[in-house]
Amino acid sequence: MRSDMTLPSWAWIVMVAGLVAFVTMIVVSIRRHQGVKRSLFASPYALWMIIFTVLPVILISYYAFTDVNGAFTLDNFKNFWDSHYEMNKVIAAEGERLGVDYSAYIQRGSVNVDTLVYSLWMAFKCTLICLIVGYPAALFMADRHMKLGSTLVVLFIIPMWMNFLLRTVAWMSLLEDSGLINNFLRWLGLDSVQLMYTSNAVLLGMVYNFLPFMVFPIYTVLSKMDYRLTEASADLGCNSFQTLYKVTMPLSLPGVISGITMVFMPSVTTFFIPRVLGGGYTMMFGDLIEAKFLTEGNWNAGSALSLLMMLLILVSLSILRKVDPNGEGGGLA
Amino acid sequence: MKKKSLCLLLVLALSLVCLCACTVPEGEEQASPSANVVNVFNWEDYIAPEVLTLFEEETGIHVNYMCFTTCEDMIVQVEANPGAFDVCFPSDYIIQRMVEKDMLAEINFDNVPNADPRSPQTCQTLDFLLESPSFDPDIKYHVPYMWGTVGILYNTTMIPEPEDSWHILWDEQYQHNVFMMDSVRDSFGITLRYLGESVNSLDIPALFAARDKLVEQKQMGVVKAYQVDETKDKMVAGEAALAVVWSGDAMYAIDLNEDLDYFVPSEGSNVWVDGAVIPKTAKNKENAEAFINFLCRPDIAAMNWDYIWYSSPNKGAIELVEDPEGDYAYDYSGNHVLSPSDETLANCEWFKDIPEDFLSVYEGLWMDVKNTK
Repeated sequence: MRSDMTLPSWAWIVMVAGLVAFVTMIVVSIRRHQGVKRSLFASPYALWMIIFTVLPVILISYYAFTDVNGAFTLDNFKNFWDSHYEMNKVIAAEGERLGVDYSAYIQRGSVNVDTLVYSLWMAFKCTLICLIVGYPAALFMADRHMKLGSTLVVLFIIPMWMNFLLRTVAWMSLLEDSGLINNFLRWLGLDSVQLMYTSNAVLLGMVYNFLPFMVFPIYTVLSKMDYRLTEASADLGCNSFQTLYKVTMPLSLPGVISGITMVFMPSVTTFFIPRVLGGGYTMMFGDLIEAKFLTEGNWNAGSALSLLMMLLILVSLSILRKVDPNGEGGGLA
Repeated sequence: MKKKSLCLLLVLALSLVCLCACTVPEGEEQASPSANVVNVFNWEDYIAPEVLTLFEEETGIHVNYMCFTTCEDMIVQVEANPGAFDVCFPSDYIIQRMVEKDMLAEINFDNVPNADPRSPQTCQTLDFLLESPSFDPDIKYHVPYMWGTVGILYNTTMIPEPEDSWHILWDEQYQHNVFMMDSVRDSFGITLRYLGESVNSLDIPALFAARDKLVEQKQMGVVKAYQVDETKDKMVAGEAALAVVWSGDAMYAIDLNEDLDYFVPSEGSNVWVDGAVIPKTAKNKENAEAFINFLCRPDIAAMNWDYIWYSSPNKGAIELVEDPEGDYAYDYSGNHVLSPSDETLANCEWFKDIPEDFLSVYEGLWMDVKNTK
């Protein structure tokens, strides 16, 4: 348990230096591009960023590279690759103290890496399903001849007015053994099925929550597309499938890329959904970070995991940026 | 016209809400140093509200009442704000940790006759809580506030005759029918008891055996979910046959669903107590002692007990509650959830604070269990 929150003096110096560097960077770049006056308009947001983005990132980095006493260490990262690192040290010391050979109890393998791989796999599946379900929906919504299109947009937006935690909890009363679906099955005279507390329930929750993030970027790009292009392709002899495949799809690629990032990133870091719908049966990376901070009270290890997570997201963002250099999807990439 | 009156109504309603909001947080205002106050730091929802007003009326001491949600959070707050708190309510092993960190003041029991272990005539505390508990053997630093056990809550319609052993949680008959606790100390505690070890074991082979047992349980497929707060409501809804719970949660669930029952398996379990303590940095120690003494007065303890529904350590309160002519007329002794038998209690152990380095072994092994597919 971390009980003292005082930082050593060098940490303060690093923090202040980082802040000053960041502010100068912003000011210089804005002045160069837009002139002095415009840089003033950016100041409220710059302040917001400094307090709520830059400072926390600096703090996380500080905790990730220090131990409980505030001394510099890389142990937190060793802990990631070898999650039993701390434990093995204690076991070895205990064996030495008692004069017993405890080497059989030394653990290999990393729970953290396993969890990360599992999270990436789940996020991949979630993104794929969202794409398969979301692309046709976006096509439908953007179709000028469909009267229902705009209704569908509203239907997609309405659930988003409600907090996602509430929506996730609501799924419980559908999936439970004594829930709606199983009651209906029993009413039909069928056997009830185990729906809750499985990895598929978690996947369902993720797809449900993140689907709009896939649909809307694609929809935006498609509805901005010049519809005369499809008419031209029809005039030139393409059937509707060829038009879709050769004209619409390539043009909507930026939206797809943006949708993929916006679904994949929150999917990897998902937490709460595995706990509610998965019953804590399998952990995802977000749960692991939460456990480090809240139940173990190990802020240093938790920060190291968060930092690695951020790094992973940065890398995937830069890869996507290569594919969609102009950010046409209007997304984060 | 209609629109105008509607607007007016809305404005009125809003201002009412504002007014209400303004008047509520009276108890939370900061202590003024000169006033006659006591700063109380307790768990959420862990005192009958009328107790505080009664105390203020009778003694003229103003109560600043503040809440925490976890013991760890409480320790951090107490260390970061010296002098801000006069009475806190940590659990047993946290009391031990606070004593080891030299954070607690010795209670002057002359001011707390209602709980003085040295004067059996006035002391209201149950005897077993005074038999030198491992976390504070001489009972110098704490006064018991509420206590309970860890056991199994089960659904009698699904299991009419449960096996009196922790083994029932490893019984293949109950596929997907067991809620385990998503908490490292509690899960390892019961497994260690099942294997005949102490809940505070620091023996590496024993801890690994417990881990293997928990992994085996997960792979057998009997565990439905690992959770804490959700369990009691799910059990009321009949979602599972068995669950590991604290006695207070069991009482809550049984109250809502008659089909549920609770027992502490024969191998024994963990018994816990939340105690009132005074931090060394407290500024109003005598007021704090007056407050603790007040809490131990039988009628007040009964009031709290009726509100919280854990087991009260107060003999006088138990008498009051059991009095068939009284306000409560509750069969406390006949209630095996709140009042376990002496044999059961003799079988139960207190949690000790696990040393920090050893905690990493517990956490590491628990992660192995959670990571098992």
